[in-house]
Amino acid sequence: MNVLILSVTLWIVQAALTLAMCLCVYRMVRGPRAQDRILALDALYVCAMLVLLSFGVRTGSTIYFEAALIIGMLGFVATVSLAKFLMRGEVIE
Amino acid sequence: MTRFLPYPILTACLALMWLLLAGFTSGQLVLAVLVAIGAARALKALGEASPPVKRWLLIVEFIGIVLYDIVRSNLAVASILLSGEGRPRKSGFITMPIKLRNPTGLATLAVVLTSTPGTAWLDYNSTRGELLIHVFDLVDEEVWIDQIVNRYEKPLLEIFE
Amino acid sequence: MINFSHADVPLWAAIVGSAFLLVGAGLTLIGTFGLVRLPTFYERIHAPTLGTSWGAAGMIMGSMIIFTAASARPVFHEILIGIFVTVTTPVTLMMLGRSALYRDRSELNPGVPPKGADDLSTTDENSAETLS
Repeated sequence: MNVLILSVTLWIVQAALTLAMCLCVYRMVRGPRAQDRILALDALYVCAMLVLLSFGVRTGSTIYFEAALIIGMLGFVATVSLAKFLMRGEVIE
Repeated sequence: MTRFLPYPILTACLALMWLLLAGFTSGQLVLAVLVAIGAARALKALGEASPPVKRWLLIVEFIGIVLYDIVRSNLAVASILLSGEGRPRKSGFITMPIKLRNPTGLATLAVVLTSTPGTAWLDYNSTRGELLIHVFDLVDEEVWIDQIVNRYEKPLLEIFE
Repeated sequence: MINFSHADVPLWAAIVGSAFLLVGAGLTLIGTFGLVRLPTFYERIHAPTLGTSWGAAGMIMGSMIIFTAASARPVFHEILIGIFVTVTTPVTLMMLGRSALYRDRSELNPGVPPKGADDLSTTDENSAETLS
């Protein structure tokens, strides 16, 4: 019973998060402006992090947790530097 | 306390974070404490001032208020997003003056305003003390200003100043 | 390092943890749905916060409950992700909002609050107007 509940839940959760990632990609392709694309990229990073968390629950191993943490950090740095680039036209001043 | 251990809370948080990442063993505990003390002393060399915190009980109450508001505004924004074009919704900018000046308090206010879906912190003018936020469901500007001043700014003022 | 199979998870933890996981994933999906549907950038900036506040928190709580119950000892390292996301989201959204404001003001787009006389962005010389 508990195995059935967990596998059905994880199936739904991963399907929902994949659909969320597809919606982010759609917004990133459509734009219309650079800030919309960066916002969509940030949301895509968060969704990827949550998908890795759900992989951790599915496989029952903590190895995915480190990957999720690193994706979160890289996403933060990427978004901040891209936003900085929009504002000034260069990243390092 | 202040010479040897400049930031006791920060040191404890860093040590705890190290233990969460590396696992709770006695060897890692020693390493975590050493790293945390070193990091706190390095920050002291940078000359950052420790924020003065006066009322610890109020912090707990404030966290409770914020968590409740985050749940409430999550539900509100989710229902608006799902409801389609049922009623005309207006979103807009609010420029409001705030009395909070402490950098730690302002950072906390930024985290709170951004974490609650429905309000987004856009800009803060430090010379005039004016805050520019964007509100997703702007029915009445006064209600939002009143909520931010009374629910968030007042406790933060009491905690940090 | 923890390893467990789904048969180790007690029934109550499976139910409660699944509920949290579903709430988190559902809120994230609604947030990105709003990202696609909303008409202007300043409205869209609110949509991903659903995913970073209770979307992430729900997934983290569900994961913590299932791991703790299955391995029979407290597991809460996932909370680091929650703290990290909570602290970094304001920074990214604030930077994005400010750069969007700056670009809209420098292009004289309508529907943007005018800048104050002594705002920081008036001193910018390298404008990014050519990007789009």
